[in-house]
Amino acid sequence: MSAKASAVESAAAVASLRDEFPILAIEAHGRRLAYLDNAATTQKPREVLDAIATYYTTQNANVHRGVHLLSERATEVFEGARATVADFFNAASAKEIIFTRNATEGINLVAASWGGANLTAGDEVLISAMEHHSNIVPWQLACQRTGAALKVIPIDDRGALDMEAFARLLTARTKIVAVSQLSNALGTINPVAEVVRAAHAAGAVVLVDGAQAAYHLPVDVRALGVDFYVATGHKLYGPTGIGVLYGREALLDAMPPYQGGGDMIASVTFERSTWNSLPHKFEAGTPHIEGAAGLGAAVKFIRRIGFDRITAHERELLAYATAAVSEVPGVRLVGTAPDKASILSFVMGDIHPHDIGTVVDRAGVAIRTGHHCAQPVMARFGIPATARASLAMYNTREDVDQLVAALHDVRRMFA
Amino acid sequence: MNDGLQDLYREVILDHNRRPRNFRVIEGGRRHEGFNPLCGDRVTVYLKVEDGVVRDAAFEGQGCAIAKASASLMTEALKGLTVDEARKRFAEFQAMVTSPLESPVPDLGKLSVLAGVREFPTRVKCASLAWHTAKAALDGDDAPVSTE
Ligand SMILES: Cc1ncc(COP(=O)(O)O)c(C=O)c1O
Repeated sequence: MSAKASAVESAAAVASLRDEFPILAIEAHGRRLAYLDNAATTQKPREVLDAIATYYTTQNANVHRGVHLLSERATEVFEGARATVADFFNAASAKEIIFTRNATEGINLVAASWGGANLTAGDEVLISAMEHHSNIVPWQLACQRTGAALKVIPIDDRGALDMEAFARLLTARTKIVAVSQLSNALGTINPVAEVVRAAHAAGAVVLVDGAQAAYHLPVDVRALGVDFYVATGHKLYGPTGIGVLYGREALLDAMPPYQGGGDMIASVTFERSTWNSLPHKFEAGTPHIEGAAGLGAAVKFIRRIGFDRITAHERELLAYATAAVSEVPGVRLVGTAPDKASILSFVMGDIHPHDIGTVVDRAGVAIRTGHHCAQPVMARFGIPATARASLAMYNTREDVDQLVAALHDVRRMFA
Repeated sequence: MNDGLQDLYREVILDHNRRPRNFRVIEGGRRHEGFNPLCGDRVTVYLKVEDGVVRDAAFEGQGCAIAKASASLMTEALKGLTVDEARKRFAEFQAMVTSPLESPVPDLGKLSVLAGVREFPTRVKCASLAWHTAKAALDGDDAPVSTE
């Protein structure tokens, strides 16, 4: 096949990259594992696993507390990871990086803290029709508490953001715009810099949900101009239980704490307490130190591989997969925006996605089936669910071919 | 094809998925809705109960092959049973689909084909949704059924 010759990554290069991910060598139901559920979570390279093991074998103690050797080491690991992450997103300072549990907690933090202080009746919160539930529900809660109204930017039939509708919906009442950079259900890449420019011109701040984008695209929060950006460690080839909230220092400084407890205070008396400086004000209690160690290693790993290589490989593979999956009779893609990355959502005639998922699983292929925590997206396209194959840096044409062969099994079975 | 898959998608199941039986509304009988929030599947079960006997059973809804076939087979199995027998059948069915893989498959007639879901823990809820919904209809519950 001629397309094969033009593959950006040589097969040998991807094979050696795959060797860095121990889990990719396992078998699934006696078959080669084709892991195509990366939008749910990515697999972890050895460097991340080693960083966690090293932490527990040579560095473990609580942070910011003891004066002893191990506590100093643990604090260095934790704050070192923060500096690495700040650099990865090009934040102005490590103070602007708050460690959270995941992307969801980052959005909840902003919706509760910033929302509580800045939203009142008559204000509007603007989100998009392609959001993950985690960028919908926290805003609904904030609106319920404050009396603000939630507005939704529609998407077109390809799954692209309707920028004209956005321009109409953006008014002096809009206090915050919260959109994803890359949709997990559709693969759409949103023009974040353009959204930010328009929102700022209207006097609104912008939160970007980068849970999906941050492991596919280089993210420079200052170049994008965002006010808040959230990401989640387990999709960044890092561990679960650790996420990142970037916030502009001036905004974070003015915001009230989200949770109270140890580490987030400067002083405590029974009459009143005062808050610690950034970023600690937003990190109550003992943090996920091992998670930060793993996340620090993960973003270093991503930088070592490099986004030039990652995006080129993933783009080429998505084009290959889109063509190959579309050729399976009965397949219809859901999400065909011109600017897309790494996600292939589809339906197959009247075969239910769960049946597709179970059949391809037995062929060693891991995909996600269901509503992908984006029920409004499913409603928009009038379907209960989709099957979704999602790519990461270590996927190959062999993975895609294995999926396509399994989809032919599905078709034969339910014909 | 994988053996487990053949156990799950038996010919009877594929057939009931393609041509679900009693896929219709029964006016004026008992009606109950069931919902699987995890996957969005929903089913409405209709029962016509007279003199303590299930005279007619039907369903509507959307779901995977297992959910649809299970609902279809259930409507056939319930027809003609007394309410007590229907409850007993529900319990037997539940016991079958949640029993360990090694245990023998009980003889529940055509319903026994659904024992294949035991090998697929994530699909047990698909098979039981219609049954839980029918049970609620038998018991005269008001609240919609959720598998969660
Ligand atoms: C676009 C998007 N936003 C938010 C999230 C939530 O991520 P987490 O569950 O790690 O908080 C996800 C993950 O599925 C996602 O894809």
